[in-house]
Amino acid sequence: MYERPTLNRTATGRNMTEETTITAPMPGVFYRRSDPDEAPFVEKGDRVEAGDVVCLVGVMKNFHEITADAAGVVGEILVEDEAPIEAGQELVRLTSE
Amino acid sequence: MISVEKPGVLTTVQDVGRDGHYHIGMPPSGAMDQYAHAAANYLVGNDADAATLEMTYQGCDLRFGEDAVVALAGADMTPTLNDEPIPTWEAVAVEAGDELSLQYATDGARTYLAVAGGVDVEPLMGSRSTYTLIGLGGHEGRPLQAGDELSIGDPPGRSADLVGSRVDDEHVPEYADKSAIRIVLGLCDYRLTEESKAELCKAEWTVTPEADRVGYRLDGPDLDFVPREQPFGAGTDPSNVVDLGYPVGSIQVPQQPIVLMRDAVTGGGYATVGTVVSADRGLLAQRRTHQTVTFEDVSLEDALDARTRNEAALEAIRSSLE
Repeated sequence: MYERPTLNRTATGRNMTEETTITAPMPGVFYRRSDPDEAPFVEKGDRVEAGDVVCLVGVMKNFHEITADAAGVVGEILVEDEAPIEAGQELVRLTSE
Repeated sequence: MISVEKPGVLTTVQDVGRDGHYHIGMPPSGAMDQYAHAAANYLVGNDADAATLEMTYQGCDLRFGEDAVVALAGADMTPTLNDEPIPTWEAVAVEAGDELSLQYATDGARTYLAVAGGVDVEPLMGSRSTYTLIGLGGHEGRPLQAGDELSIGDPPGRSADLVGSRVDDEHVPEYADKSAIRIVLGLCDYRLTEESKAELCKAEWTVTPEADRVGYRLDGPDLDFVPREQPFGAGTDPSNVVDLGYPVGSIQVPQQPIVLMRDAVTGGGYATVGTVVSADRGLLAQRRTHQTVTFEDVSLEDALDARTRNEAALEAIRSSLE
């Protein structure tokens, strides 16, 4: 596993909360869980802290952890587990307070 | 000195490769796209064999500890210098303290950063290339990590004069996946049925997420083998043959095809049914996972002609910068 990749985010200010979208920093396969037998890293409505893993992207035989870079609540998960994704694709919405 | 702040997905030191050791099982490694690697070097006044940084899918953030002349060639990763966009395929001046930052590849897969004087790691067996599978060469035999520091060699005197020079548009390749990748059939294409041989060159193959510096695994239709009696010394699988040396760029078919790239095993017992011509290997290396690949079979004469024209384009770039 190499250094955690940078996240690219789009932010829309809205009252006291801010909705951000975590996008894929690389193409690959989207994984919601570390192992097929494990529970997903996050579900809609879960509270996450900065640095928490929300998903993995698998490419070139490595799994890259995608983390939240601010605390917040997980919104829509925009991609099916194990679906192919492109770099820049929106993955998970996050609402921070 | 260059400090690595964020290393990207997979960034390694590469050059023209560690040639001459194939017989002991040592693959050449080196830049996957030799054309972009050489062009980046020429832009900063280096020879083609100076070491560059090869960044895959997502570039790095680098801090320069000294003034330098740099050039980026290959995939477009939306580079910025101190948050200001900078062009690719062009020599750019950086000053001590500047931050060069790259995002993810939007066109192509691999970007090369050349710096005047070259990335100065210790050569091993005649090359500065990184071979990560067994951890030799390059910077500590591994992909770059945050906190790594890289020395820069002595820059050629004329580098400063090259700032602002760029590669002519006619010599900047397109990385769209429309164009066919040319192959020469053989050495073991006799193992495929005539239908499957035709299918190899007709099908639209998809680059799988496993594709890396070792091999490009492709997804597509099943290929059929000619029935045969297992030869002495060959494995039981229909795709097995008596061990042979694998050409760099050769396509083996354990089931789905794998194009062997510059970090691949040098020989073994899988039928290699074709070889990607040298002029197109860099273009294949610029295909991203999920993109498509089609093959076109050409004669050896056509392959050598493509190589000559590729070399002429690089020479035109080099001489335009004199």
